[in-house]
Amino acid sequence: MATAQSRTAARLMVSPAVILLFLWMIVPLGMTIYFSFLRYNLLNPGMETFAGFDNYYYFLTNAAFWDALGNTLTLVLGVLAITVIGGVLLALLLDQPFRGQGIVRVMVIAPFFVMPTVSALVWKNMFMNPVNGMFAHIAKFFGLQPFDFLAHAPLASIILIVAWQWLPFATLILLTALQSLDREQQEAAEMDGAGALSRFWYLTVPHLTRSITVVVLIQTIFLLSVFAEILVTTNGGPGTASTNIPYLVYAQSLLAFDVGGGSAGGIVAVILANIVAFFLMRMIGKNLEA
Amino acid sequence: MTTTLRALLGATAFCALATGALAETTITVATVNNGDMIRMQGLMDDFYAKNPDIKVEWVTLEENVLRQKVTTDIATKGGQFDVLTIGTYEVPIWGKAGWLVSLNDLPAEYDVEDLLPAIRGGLTVDGELYAAPFYGESSMVMYRKDLMEAAGLTMPEAPTWADIKTAAEAMTDKSKEQYGICLRGKAGWGENMAFLTAMSNSFGARWFDENWQPQFDGEAWKNTLTFYLDLMNNYGPPGASNNGFNENLSLFNQGKCGMWIDATVAASFVTGKESTVADKVGFALAPDNGLGKRGNWLWAWSLAVPAGSQKVDAAKAFINWATSKDYLALVASKEGWANVPPGTRTSLYMNEEYAKVPFAKMTLDSINSADPNNPTVDPVPYTGVQFVAIPEFQGLATAVGQQFSAALAGSTSAEDALAAAQELAVTEMTKAGYIK
Amino acid sequence: MSRNVSQTRVTLVTIAAWTVGFLIFFPILWTILMSFKTEGDAIKTPIEMLTSSWTLESYHEVQERSDYFRHFWNSVVISLGSTLVALIIAIPAAWSMAFVPGKRTKDLLMWMLSTKMMPAVGVLVPMYLMFRDFGLLDSRLGLVGVLTLINLPIVVWMLYTYFKEIPGEILEAARMDGASLRSEILYVLTPMAVPGIASTMLLNVILAWNEAFWTLQLTTSKAAPLTQFIASYSSPEGLFYAKLSAASTMAIAPILILGWFSQKQLVRGLTFGAVK
Repeated sequence: MATAQSRTAARLMVSPAVILLFLWMIVPLGMTIYFSFLRYNLLNPGMETFAGFDNYYYFLTNAAFWDALGNTLTLVLGVLAITVIGGVLLALLLDQPFRGQGIVRVMVIAPFFVMPTVSALVWKNMFMNPVNGMFAHIAKFFGLQPFDFLAHAPLASIILIVAWQWLPFATLILLTALQSLDREQQEAAEMDGAGALSRFWYLTVPHLTRSITVVVLIQTIFLLSVFAEILVTTNGGPGTASTNIPYLVYAQSLLAFDVGGGSAGGIVAVILANIVAFFLMRMIGKNLEA
Repeated sequence: MTTTLRALLGATAFCALATGALAETTITVATVNNGDMIRMQGLMDDFYAKNPDIKVEWVTLEENVLRQKVTTDIATKGGQFDVLTIGTYEVPIWGKAGWLVSLNDLPAEYDVEDLLPAIRGGLTVDGELYAAPFYGESSMVMYRKDLMEAAGLTMPEAPTWADIKTAAEAMTDKSKEQYGICLRGKAGWGENMAFLTAMSNSFGARWFDENWQPQFDGEAWKNTLTFYLDLMNNYGPPGASNNGFNENLSLFNQGKCGMWIDATVAASFVTGKESTVADKVGFALAPDNGLGKRGNWLWAWSLAVPAGSQKVDAAKAFINWATSKDYLALVASKEGWANVPPGTRTSLYMNEEYAKVPFAKMTLDSINSADPNNPTVDPVPYTGVQFVAIPEFQGLATAVGQQFSAALAGSTSAEDALAAAQELAVTEMTKAGYIK
Repeated sequence: MSRNVSQTRVTLVTIAAWTVGFLIFFPILWTILMSFKTEGDAIKTPIEMLTSSWTLESYHEVQERSDYFRHFWNSVVISLGSTLVALIIAIPAAWSMAFVPGKRTKDLLMWMLSTKMMPAVGVLVPMYLMFRDFGLLDSRLGLVGVLTLINLPIVVWMLYTYFKEIPGEILEAARMDGASLRSEILYVLTPMAVPGIASTMLLNVILAWNEAFWTLQLTTSKAAPLTQFIASYSSPEGLFYAKLSAASTMAIAPILILGWFSQKQLVRGLTFGAVK
């Protein structure tokens, strides 16, 4: 159906977006690659010298790098697990008829609108603080020793905070999908004597697969670059217990002002992100094509 | 009203605004969200009355965000700010790099001779004053007189670390949420490392020897860290590895700390209206170990003009006002002497009214007992009491601070933390070319 | 409906749903409550805090210290501006990808999304240098540009999945009737795509409003949005829970209200083509 003319028009229409994104990617990236080969400390201007692969060597042999890599994966997978499973359960619950649906939905969706910085500050100070936080007050009420979340379970605490922010997103998408589920099919299966569990497993789950894939894709994009929550709550610590790759790059380039090292870290992060993207895209591509 | 008329009116209004704006210079002042700076923002009417042609735009940020933004801007010559709030760590480095405007030409009534010598020395590079101190601080022991009395102890004016441990033990009662000692544990070169570096000086430790070889594998650092961990694990509050200045201040104000060793500026807060223990606080010099150095630091939040500023004159006028004797008098008249920014001028400590403030003498003694040019027991190639004035220090000390904070949280041991610190320091110093 | 929904079941589900909803919402509720307390009361135990007296003191103090409305207005301009620009660029792109797909369309989409995975901190210094050279530091224009680019991939993708659901026959019918490409987009496609565009727009406004890295790094005063407003309350000396709560409430309230009122719109387009 597409004529040569409409093809050309299509190319023309798509090109602004492509060109802009290409520039957006390539210009800073090009500069970053250039900086990554320099010995360049922001506080020592005029001292830039060619450093070869030194910056990469130091970044990759830094013990913190492997910790950060592990933490990044744990963070992404942890939040995905909580939001997908929690999201499915919550969507199933909210899909039932009950009183006050509108209000409950408004309450559930709310965390998605909160700035990451604000939610991290609120969780850190008002809830997880071991002296004045809500959890500490509750523990003391029951005569228990308050648990110091950010010192003894830093990564888990951050996963909790981030999951809280993304749970509404997953729930909403999954709920929309559930509502489009074929009721008649469900009822037919029920008549045939299929139990609730097998109905869930053989009808609902396959129906939700595509939505789950979408949730995973979108969230992964954002979760790979979680930064504000760590900066506000633990500063990557104690030690490197909650440092992820973006935070490590931040520490290099903006705490140490080592632009060369930070740039090398940035390039490593881009490569890693692309590897993740590659696998993710293959998985998604397969699922979305159908 | 027709559109044309409306447009005309709009244009006239715009012109009026534009001409109004021409006559006045707007300067952008970057500052930390500390109490003294916030107070200054409330007293701006006085400045506007004296300088009707200058308008000040405030950019008030949390310390870490501020430092990082200001450094990025000045290093890339972004020119976003006309007045910067920076500390004694930045001034020597930036002054040497030619990034700051010299303040040697401040008017005579500014009386630069009146600045405390220790503070002024830290802000001067090769005879040029590059920043004017807004407030200066050292560190000292703040303790609860009532708890000490109940324990049958008295705090010496110049305690040793052993005295501190005895007192901490006696005042701890965890069932009442009362902890013998609160110290910084949050990782950061200006947080736990400021305290630990100053403390290590009194234990005879140093960051580097004369050849820039890191010294974390030595006995002195091991003694420092184990003593600190022992104090904090036995007598410290929960969650100490996340406690910085602010967290400890709020704990102390709620009456949950027996002692707190931290910045002298905290004195006006713990005796102020937000404190529940205001009338029960005593002060003492930072502890020592009989080695000739005390564990106190020296810092001054100071105002400087970046070399890229287009409005140097207006910026200087502002600095002249904010760090003058008149400003101190202004704060005293509005908020009382206890709330005057401390630690910058000799004349303040000669003032009889100010001498009545309970922490005045101890603050001055603490500041005078710190010597940035000769900070350690053994000789060192660097200046700075609780920092090492080289550009690489921020990043390195923050990474080391992470290790020590982890040791406090119990996720690593003192030995492992020190070994990791040594390795980090050797790598960083090799990379930066200090170790050939 | 043939299903027999018993009264007990509805009651049980109601209780469960309200409990879960309340728990999820609780941190926000608590922050709002705390903002109406004095600093001293804010750190008391929850019961003592709730029973202490209410006050607007924190709001007064916050407003006195920082100009809320200027930050608010900057946030509005930046998030709306970047959303509109992104839509203008993305609508034609998504249209052509959806209706004139080439062999590489899918790869192109995936590539666009992958640009979002670049860690922002790694490119701050290059960006700062460019902003300085173009005189864009502390300008709303510069931030609109950056946020447009950051969210463009998501916008293109959302629109693409939405457009794909519009049946191609309608377009062909329009073409038969002699509609030009322009009028095809304007009069046939756009009206059908309005719900999708609306929810894309909402999501994008939310994301731009909450973006806290570039907005903090590239502004100082004139263009500073609410993210910077928050940064001056994050850990000051002394007690700060009440003031932090007040500032937080002020920063999130506009977007929370917008989100609540438009949640139906938002949800309709949030399917990303996942629901057929």
